[in-house]
Amino acid sequence: MSLTRKVIYIAIGLVILLGLNQVFEHGLGDFQINGYYARIVNLIGIAITLAVSLNLINGLAGQFSLGHAGFMAVGGYSATYVTVFHGQQIAGLIGSSLGEVAGSALVMPISLVVGAIAAAAAGLVVGVPSLRLKGDYLAIVTLGFGEIIRVIILNIPAVGGATGFTNTTPITNFFWIFSMAILTIIIVANIRSSTFGRALSAIREDEIAAEAMGINTTRYKVMAFVISAALAGVAGGLSGQLFANPLNPQNLNFVKSIEVIVMIVLGGIGSITGAVFGAATITILPEALRDVDRQFPGMRMVIYSLLLILLMIFRPQGLLGRKEFSLDWFRRKKAAPAPPAAGGDTDV
Amino acid sequence: MSSAPAPVSVLKVDALTKRFGGLSAVKELSMDVKAGALYGLIGPNGAGKTTIFNLLTGVYSPTEGTIVFKGTSVAGLKPYEITKLGVARTFQNIRLFADMTVLENVMTAHHIRSRQFLIDAVIGTGRHQREERETRDKAMELLKIFDLDSVAGELATSLPYGNQRRLEIARALATEPSLLLLDEPAAGMNPQEAVDLMNLIKWLRDEFSLTILLVEHNMKVVMGICERIQVIDYGKSIALGTPDEIQKDPAVIEAYLGGA
Ligand SMILES: Nc1ncnc2c1ncn2[C@@H]1O[C@H](COP(=O)(O)OP(=O)(O)OP(=O)(O)O)[C@@H](O)[C@H]1O
Ligand SMILES: [Mg+2]
Repeated sequence: MSLTRKVIYIAIGLVILLGLNQVFEHGLGDFQINGYYARIVNLIGIAITLAVSLNLINGLAGQFSLGHAGFMAVGGYSATYVTVFHGQQIAGLIGSSLGEVAGSALVMPISLVVGAIAAAAAGLVVGVPSLRLKGDYLAIVTLGFGEIIRVIILNIPAVGGATGFTNTTPITNFFWIFSMAILTIIIVANIRSSTFGRALSAIREDEIAAEAMGINTTRYKVMAFVISAALAGVAGGLSGQLFANPLNPQNLNFVKSIEVIVMIVLGGIGSITGAVFGAATITILPEALRDVDRQFPGMRMVIYSLLLILLMIFRPQGLLGRKEFSLDWFRRKKAAPAPPAAGGDTDV
Repeated sequence: MSSAPAPVSVLKVDALTKRFGGLSAVKELSMDVKAGALYGLIGPNGAGKTTIFNLLTGVYSPTEGTIVFKGTSVAGLKPYEITKLGVARTFQNIRLFADMTVLENVMTAHHIRSRQFLIDAVIGTGRHQREERETRDKAMELLKIFDLDSVAGELATSLPYGNQRRLEIARALATEPSLLLLDEPAAGMNPQEAVDLMNLIKWLRDEFSLTILLVEHNMKVVMGICERIQVIDYGKSIALGTPDEIQKDPAVIEAYLGGA
């Protein structure tokens, strides 16, 4: 794709996102989006960022991290802290040169950048010692790291401690959520199809052979881990400033990490479209089962777990396996009765 | 004879020892491999041949001794550092990247020479696209040599066994080595495949100006193509010479018959 074409696509994408954002926030004429649905859509967007970024380290590089909620917390609290305590200053500073509108609009991305950097730094600190080791050390270290972060946050009164960071301003909106989700997808997809992605896949498949191919395995693992953490930090920044979902250490424990893992396992570990699908399903499912819960209290979690168990029994590789969803599947199926699996592989 | 310039040593090993607890898998080993040689390393099962390869490629670091590759001491370096210096290998128990295609397996070698940054890949710069194209073309050329270009898009592990071995050689060559270590490349091949492979190895050596170190149990292959052979038994070198000399060596006959 040429540069001009790219710029045009980006411009069109931004216009569409801004238009949708307008509809989401203010409606279109008489039409108003049901606030409950709007909230679910936003939560799906954040979940997509989380799942696709985790897929970089767990799916592509094959390193089992249980720390995604921890990085989300680091990024979320840092970003929200910036907005709550320095948002006015930033808006004023930028506003004085670029105008008031730009000033207040840029607080969000600046807070997200801070969140991403903080989470990336945490990723580096956790990743360097644990990724040197082979095996399951990463899972154990990241699990511990997540809990440490949670306990630290509990003991910082400035960010709400155990009650959570609740005095925040809700500046997250549809536009930022889905810009970040799409950005995450593009980053991960482009890394995957590059020489870096091949190096990560090689590490996942066979570390000894990867080293023999000249791949500095530790360096690549740390790189993937840090990027993954940074993107989780962005998701944290978005969710922390979404009014419906203020930050609370209780919501960012390892159960949250496991929820994100369930998303990518459900969709097919390593598949980006699978992760998107898993993120949407795991966000919608509990909501869809709410009505059932009203009639039979407690039934919701039973059905939810049952569905996951059934999926793992009948399709342990996840819905998409390692494949990507593509419209070609339908076209080829009509042309020849070949299985869709062959389609994805041959045109490499 | 004496007036011709002596070929330079590509690999010089001295007093190399590797101990695993009480077991000395390699003992006081010396080797001198000249540029362009096709050098065979043979010995009974468990003699220490694979361990020697693992020492040469940095999978293990030596307990004692020195390894000098083209004037650089490589003992204790990381495997990827040694690969970058120009040493490539295949594995006795095939280690292909199973869930990647044949082409992708070969393309993994590229990033050694990659001059792009992560950001090039993320935003898809011209440099990234050019490098991708070049890598793909180079990998396809290599696959053609091995007659694997027609299955470039297949998963590596879907290939028949013999082709998996050949793919491993192609993948190793993609790192552009000057020294190639082959650990039992003919294992599991039928006699015809083994003969073809033998000719291919010879041809590769000349075509790519390689020095090749070969571990092989198939004596027909070893005697047929190696110019120099070193025999290892219980981690020690027991003989070194031409195929003819080795076949007549009483110590070698004893080691093989004794081991049988
Ligand atoms: N990592 C290890 N830990 C302990 N012992 C080892 C290790 N690797 C090899 N050995 C031992 O070292 C000895 C030499 O093994 P090696 O694999 O080098 O033999 P080989 O000559 O390649 O044999 P083969 O012809 O069967 O492949 C064997 O006794 C083996 O059990
Ligand atoms: Mg061996």
